[in-house]
Amino acid sequence: MSVVNILVLVCFAYAALLFLVAFGAERAAHRGRSNWLRSPMVYTLSLSIYCTAWTFYGAVGYAARSGLEYLTIYIGPTLVMVGWWWVVRKMVRIGRSQRITSVADLISSRYGKSSLLAVFVTVMAVIGTTPYIALQLQSVTLSFAAFASVEPNSTAFENSQITALWVAVGLALFTILFGTRNLDANERHHGVVMAIALEAVVKLIALIAVGIFVVWGVGGGIEQTLARIDASEIGTWQVQGDRWAGLIFLSAAAFLTLPRMFQVLVVENENEGHLRTAAWAFPTYLMLMSLFVVPIAVVGLDLLPAGSNPDLYVLTVPLSEGQTGLAMLSLLGGFSSATSMVIVASIALSTMVSNHIVIPLWLRYSGGGAAMSGDVRNVVLLARRVSIAVILALGYLYYRMSGGGTALAAIGLVSFAGVAQFLPAMLGGIFWRGATRSGALAGLSVGFVVWAYALMLPSFGTGMVIPETVFLEGPFGIEWLRPQALFGIDGMDPLIHAVLWSMCLNTGAFILVSLLSFPSPIERLQGAQFVHVFQHSDAPQSWTGGVARSEELMIMAQRILGSSEALSLFQTEAARQGLAGYLPEPSPDFLQRLERELSGSVGAATAHAMIGQIVGGATVSVEDLMAVADETAQMMEYSSQLEAKSTELTRTARQLRAVNEKLTQISVQKDAFLSQVSHELRTPMTSIRAFSEILRDTKGITAAEQSKYSSIIHDEAIRLTRLLDDLLDLSVLESGRVTLNVQDVPLDEILQRAIASSGVGNLEIKLSGRDNSGTIVLRTDPDRLAQVFINLIANAQKYCDAKTPVLRIILHLKPAGKGEQMILDFVDNGSGIATDAQAVIFEKFSRIGEQNAPGAGLGLAICREILARLGGAITYLPGQGGAAFRVSLPLKPVNDLHL
Amino acid sequence: MGKHVLLIEDEPNIIEAISFILSRDGWKVDTHSNGHDAVGVVHDKAPDMIILDVMLPGKNGFEILRELRAAPQTADLPVLMLTARGQLKDREMAEKYGASQFMTKPFSNAEVLAAVRALVAK
Repeated sequence: MSVVNILVLVCFAYAALLFLVAFGAERAAHRGRSNWLRSPMVYTLSLSIYCTAWTFYGAVGYAARSGLEYLTIYIGPTLVMVGWWWVVRKMVRIGRSQRITSVADLISSRYGKSSLLAVFVTVMAVIGTTPYIALQLQSVTLSFAAFASVEPNSTAFENSQITALWVAVGLALFTILFGTRNLDANERHHGVVMAIALEAVVKLIALIAVGIFVVWGVGGGIEQTLARIDASEIGTWQVQGDRWAGLIFLSAAAFLTLPRMFQVLVVENENEGHLRTAAWAFPTYLMLMSLFVVPIAVVGLDLLPAGSNPDLYVLTVPLSEGQTGLAMLSLLGGFSSATSMVIVASIALSTMVSNHIVIPLWLRYSGGGAAMSGDVRNVVLLARRVSIAVILALGYLYYRMSGGGTALAAIGLVSFAGVAQFLPAMLGGIFWRGATRSGALAGLSVGFVVWAYALMLPSFGTGMVIPETVFLEGPFGIEWLRPQALFGIDGMDPLIHAVLWSMCLNTGAFILVSLLSFPSPIERLQGAQFVHVFQHSDAPQSWTGGVARSEELMIMAQRILGSSEALSLFQTEAARQGLAGYLPEPSPDFLQRLERELSGSVGAATAHAMIGQIVGGATVSVEDLMAVADETAQMMEYSSQLEAKSTELTRTARQLRAVNEKLTQISVQKDAFLSQVSHELRTPMTSIRAFSEILRDTKGITAAEQSKYSSIIHDEAIRLTRLLDDLLDLSVLESGRVTLNVQDVPLDEILQRAIASSGVGNLEIKLSGRDNSGTIVLRTDPDRLAQVFINLIANAQKYCDAKTPVLRIILHLKPAGKGEQMILDFVDNGSGIATDAQAVIFEKFSRIGEQNAPGAGLGLAICREILARLGGAITYLPGQGGAAFRVSLPLKPVNDLHL
Repeated sequence: MGKHVLLIEDEPNIIEAISFILSRDGWKVDTHSNGHDAVGVVHDKAPDMIILDVMLPGKNGFEILRELRAAPQTADLPVLMLTARGQLKDREMAEKYGASQFMTKPFSNAEVLAAVRALVAK
């Protein structure tokens, strides 16, 4: 069997292996046994699609042509992963929370779900990527041809275009099979990721194997190889600072903006935590990939005849040494690099093309709204499959047209510079809230025009697209518009020149137009969510519910998400809203979630439009926008601070009001009290003054009158004195500064003393339950307690209106609470106290009724205060026939008598 | 026959004192000692003037004054108000309800007499 036939066989076997791996991974993921698929290493390896055939073969060619400059292509991504991992983390977080499906989706979603931007970015990505796909096809065909050329008289692979066609068809099939299984781009492509992870391992092993062979097998060890390097041209090439800086920037930018890198970095990311591993593991991978590039280049330059293609040294060096097996491994490595890139790139591009171009067009021209038309799910899948085929066809066509003449690396860099134009809109979008849709459009347009004019079109060769005179004299003779010497800057490296101008003008236009234009409400909404993605875990509401009918939403969701998934989404929501059945209320919250789910399948702009169709155009109410759009995180924080302050103020105000009310109340009470005191004092004084004036001024006053008026004056003076005594007594009691003279005294003794000292008059006093033996001993102030008893007896004397007034004093003991209580009831046989008056009798000056009995109404108030000091209480006992007061005191007095 | 004074006051000693002073000056003095039916008594007895205490059982002096001023036959009746509370607020209330004169207890007998004379002479 010829080597070529073996090669074809090996390639088929390898392809079959990839199919199997992808298939197995899909099955495992489907069964939920996908833990090993979610390892951070698989994620890291999948990032290696950055190393395409251009890197695999081209790096050696690059080194052979330009020395160490090839390293810049590795340094850029390394810097991003090590130093700028937080940018990647933010992108991943945004991608997840907004269900972002692609670069175009990210940019359009950020700038108000703009369809125009989505289409623009998609077209630019296709233009930028097509040459790159062509490049991969070219590398595969070249490598096959190189193999065939060592075989004498072989005609295999002579027609490189046929080879390229078969490769393209095979890749299209693989991608369609594993890239369009899941509709939801956020349901990751486990099969594809696993296959490219395997390919990543294969290409690393292949390159290292060739490297080891070259160093130890051909070069004769490390030292001799190093000596060779020193002797070669590579060692003497000068490092051009500006070119290095430009290339590092370019590769770093491309690492973030290339559609395929976005696909593996953000869309296929399972877990933000994987970034931590990738941050060191991916740079390590890149370092290993670059380790043997220079030795291979140097040995290749030495060994192979001048004029042989240095881009193929990885393959041709082992072949020339007769190491067919190693060469085959190397070819598989190159094959892996090319295929993994093409697969992921075409998945990423097809998602963009179908979501942002095909589906919106189809929605518009299919003659009906989203809810009325057929099964969108199939349409989306078909659109993706067709897009994949078209993209590969475009790549193949480009390959045919360009004729495979250009150096591989050059195409790669042109492509990098193209997609790097996304960078300002992307970074600006996730870090600067002021960035607007108009700004993004302006920046992207300017950047792309400059890129196309100064780099892409000239890359076809002088005179191919742009006439030679334009290069020399500028278009229409305008010299400062010469493609490779814009604005009169001459003599620069054309690549760096184009990158510098396109990026500067792009960024400038982006910032300037953003500053000058005013963002629409939805842009501001999205801007806040993107920029503050770490603060906002939940999206603010933008849909106003109520207009949409849940049935219509359900029908639409089923068509896009599939019946079972849509049903479970709706059921979950209905359950969350506490509703029976499967149709939830179309709350703004739910519409938001639904939109995010849908955008995972068809992209943000389309999902927004579809829900808009059902909800009925008015996607966002003015109130919602006012409430949400203007809220930056700072404003929200500020407002919450204000809210806290306002709550505090309200509380303080409430406290102040309460205190004020209390003070007012006290003041009113004090006024009333003073008014009462004034009245009680002035009344006897009035009599005293009036009668003393009568006695003084009246001539011929009788002796009887004189005697009568004198005794009135006397009585009123005594009343006045008693009143003052009571007032002072009460004020001392109330202030709590009263001094108690506590002794152990038998109750009976105190009671007898009280009765004896109240001139009983016609009041009969009956004692029942009397403790004659004097066994009830109280530890109390006997004088104060006697004062209470005297007051109560005096009240009975004054107010009992019975013909033969009787006061019964009943003693009983009651076990209650902590200790035994002495209870003494004073019940007379009068008409008692009216129910409404009972509540106020213990208040000061509360003389009730129309009695003209002496006394200022302080007696009961004093009783109450005394008993409070003695640790007891006095209450009115209703329903006893006459007026009844109950005095209670603890028998075993508690220690804390208010001494 | 002297003019007719109605004294509405609840403190017996003060009633006695004022009655004594006015009687000696030749006035016919009627007394009444609660607020409930004071207005009716005024209408019945139709005095030339009244002396009205504020703190009365049943109905306070201001209330009585308001009712008197509301009735046509007593709208212009001279009223001397006496109060023992002696606060500025009471003076304002008296003015507001249309008292002819306002005096604070304790008063001088001569002042009361002069006031009664002046009010009836008008």
